[in-house]
Amino acid sequence: MEDAVPRIAMVGVSKSFPGVRALESVDFCLRAGEVHALLGENGAGKSTLIKIMTGALRQDAGEIRIDGRPATLDSPAAARTHGISTVYQEVNLVPTLSVTKNLTLERQPRRFGLISWRDAAKRARERLARLSVDIDVERPLGAYSVAIQQLVAIARALEEDTRVLVLDEPTASLDAREVELLFQILRDLKRQNIAILFITHFIDQVYRIADRISVLRNGRLVRTAAAVELHRLELISLMLGRELEAVDSAPPPAAAPAAGEPLLAAEGLGRRRYMGVFDLVIRAGEVVGLAGLLGSGRTETAKLVFGAVRSDTGRVRFKGRPITARSPRRSVRLGIGFCPENRKAEGIISELSVRENIVLAMQTKRGWLRRLPVDEQNRLASEMINVLAIATSDAEKPVGQLSGGNQQKVILARWLASKPRLLILDEPTRGIDVGAHAEIVALIRRLCKEGMALLVASSELEEIVAVSHRVAVLRDRCHVGEIAGAGVTRENIVRMIAGG
Amino acid sequence: MSREHTNSVGLTAYPRAVLVRLAEKRAVWPLLALALILVVDGFISPEFFSIRIVEGHLFGSLVDVVYRSMPTAVVALGMAVVIGTKGIDLSVGAVIAICGAMITWRLHMGDPPLIVLGAALAAALLCGLWNGLLVALLDIQPIVATLILMVSGRGIAQMINLLYGGTDPSFSSDFFAAISTGHLAMLPSRLFVGAGIFALLWLLMRRTAFGLFVEAVGGNAAAADLAGIDAKMIKLAAYLVSGLCAGLAGVVITADTHTSDPVSAGLYIELDAILAVVIGGGSLAGGRVYLGLTLLGALIIQSLTTSILMSGVPPEYNLVVKALVVLIVLLLQSHKFRARIRRSARPAGKHLP
Repeated sequence: MEDAVPRIAMVGVSKSFPGVRALESVDFCLRAGEVHALLGENGAGKSTLIKIMTGALRQDAGEIRIDGRPATLDSPAAARTHGISTVYQEVNLVPTLSVTKNLTLERQPRRFGLISWRDAAKRARERLARLSVDIDVERPLGAYSVAIQQLVAIARALEEDTRVLVLDEPTASLDAREVELLFQILRDLKRQNIAILFITHFIDQVYRIADRISVLRNGRLVRTAAAVELHRLELISLMLGRELEAVDSAPPPAAAPAAGEPLLAAEGLGRRRYMGVFDLVIRAGEVVGLAGLLGSGRTETAKLVFGAVRSDTGRVRFKGRPITARSPRRSVRLGIGFCPENRKAEGIISELSVRENIVLAMQTKRGWLRRLPVDEQNRLASEMINVLAIATSDAEKPVGQLSGGNQQKVILARWLASKPRLLILDEPTRGIDVGAHAEIVALIRRLCKEGMALLVASSELEEIVAVSHRVAVLRDRCHVGEIAGAGVTRENIVRMIAGG
Repeated sequence: MSREHTNSVGLTAYPRAVLVRLAEKRAVWPLLALALILVVDGFISPEFFSIRIVEGHLFGSLVDVVYRSMPTAVVALGMAVVIGTKGIDLSVGAVIAICGAMITWRLHMGDPPLIVLGAALAAALLCGLWNGLLVALLDIQPIVATLILMVSGRGIAQMINLLYGGTDPSFSSDFFAAISTGHLAMLPSRLFVGAGIFALLWLLMRRTAFGLFVEAVGGNAAAADLAGIDAKMIKLAAYLVSGLCAGLAGVVITADTHTSDPVSAGLYIELDAILAVVIGGGSLAGGRVYLGLTLLGALIIQSLTTSILMSGVPPEYNLVVKALVVLIVLLLQSHKFRARIRRSARPAGKHLP
């Protein structure tokens, strides 16, 4: 098998988007009968690579060979004629339609020009039988579990002549038993000599199913190796790379506050299919970092602690007292703030002005009757615009017209204005330029010196190391350990993520 | 109306800049539309702008336009708040019918007028509460949730009429006549009712934080939730406001006709109210509430109706002409549409920005 002609070979493939080099002369090959895991952090170029392979995008340079022959994949249809099938991350099925209809959306069997639903159902059953799935195909898809829906999506992608199957994060919302079911099916397909490209964030799963592993970083393919030969620690280092050395040399955060009463203590918090059970303690004046790879559960932890997502087990104590009926509203009243990662969807209210966006959280704390006087609002807004150096012509500009980094600062300003005791920051520097990056890191340090507690989730280890007194390390939606004080180094975190 | 933009080659730089900036102000286009309609009215009937004093009251077409637009305007104010939360209230016409039935029933029972007024407004608030519970607590889509009362409300009004026999649903009451068709300080008294509710809503929206919360919930529900806003209570309150506004309109309309008419009282008023909000620049996507501009929208709709009636256009054409004018106003308001007009006209006026 080692010497066989690869099913798909990408040779020197490059792709640029305006302002971004998404892929840079990538050589990648996928062999028949293997499960090949493709890994990489945000923006590494994974989706670009899949899109080129499945005909959704065209490469700028380089060549694609299928079974050794050059091929042009200029449309999804062209990719399909070469036997390449894809199951995208967002399942593009219709939950309200029956399984049969979902499986025959594109091509219905016809009799006398009319759709023959009896034949369609038969065809649907046959397709599912290939995956050894036996369900009532007349019931709406939405009536089945996420795992079954995922299998239906695979069944739909699998044509008679499918020779390459691309799976984009198929296990993201499956539980352990369902993952095992899926893996059995993948092993079965492997025996049918189908080449499988498996994109995931779950390191454990990679080692359970993959024959070979490829790692992308910043648009380059940094390594392809057999899974048995690539040590976990090395894999994680390859994914994270070694950049931003400058931040490493920044002075370490001030000494951690003496172990006092916890400000917030999460006990056994968790939610099925979302995040494994964890404990977390945060003290006043302390910065706790959440470190882990993409998809390891950083955002999930932050949202469970804040109450934005309801936990189904565990409880949270704030200043020793349990918080009952947790919700964002309750948390805000108690003095907890949360800057979400996705500022467009969950942060800014783009129609409202910079001023209105900034005073929002503080106004929520005061209640609707005690409106903050306009003078006070203006003072607060201009103060925040100055302190955070928000680039806006004036405070009355709709926040939607600001640049991404400045929108991020406005959300930060919203929470700072509300004077929280605990501020949860999810990716505080995402999409922010280098200058603003340093400002925000400096701001985090100053805030905790003033007694505010911070929980910072970030994909950049350097940032976590630079600001945290203590780091909770996450892997595959579980807290795997904590590092404190002088032990907070990049190497220690990477080792813990790798499970060494 | 886009001519100021497209053919302003002859203007010097300064006034053109002023014009461009003016064009971006929200109030400009509805105001311009209203002015244009009034000017046309002036041509059709030279009498249009004359205001006489008869028996100590102001009379004239202008007063008449404001007088007739009052119920729609009040309903539209409540609608503006609901639309601000990304909702809609289709039941306002039915609420008006229910109010009419309540007033007639209680007057027939011999209640004192103030109690009757209280009962009618309480019924309207109850309607708003029902809508609010369906939308906020049960999470039913607003258009469906309020459709339920829109359909059943007129039936409820008919059932209320049965409570006093239902043979003669008319009444006479000096108190109610005074509210609706009477005069106060030379002006129709219903204008004071309208001004009162406008002032109250304005205080609620702009002098408490309620307005900010409504706009936050309508603008980005997920962000509002994370900021700690209780979206359920805000939505519930918005439907209560809309119910109360519809109730006040119902009192005025019923007092005007001296009768409970469940079948046609306030018929299609929800559509005029929504239109008034939209003409006033409110988007059905929610997130912004413009009370003053909504009033302007209601005035535009009424002055349009009045001028079509005056102009002698055959009544068969009325609705289509009205629809066309509304379409033009809406297009002029659209940022994208104006930009497109400007682009396509650029070759003619090459000095334009």
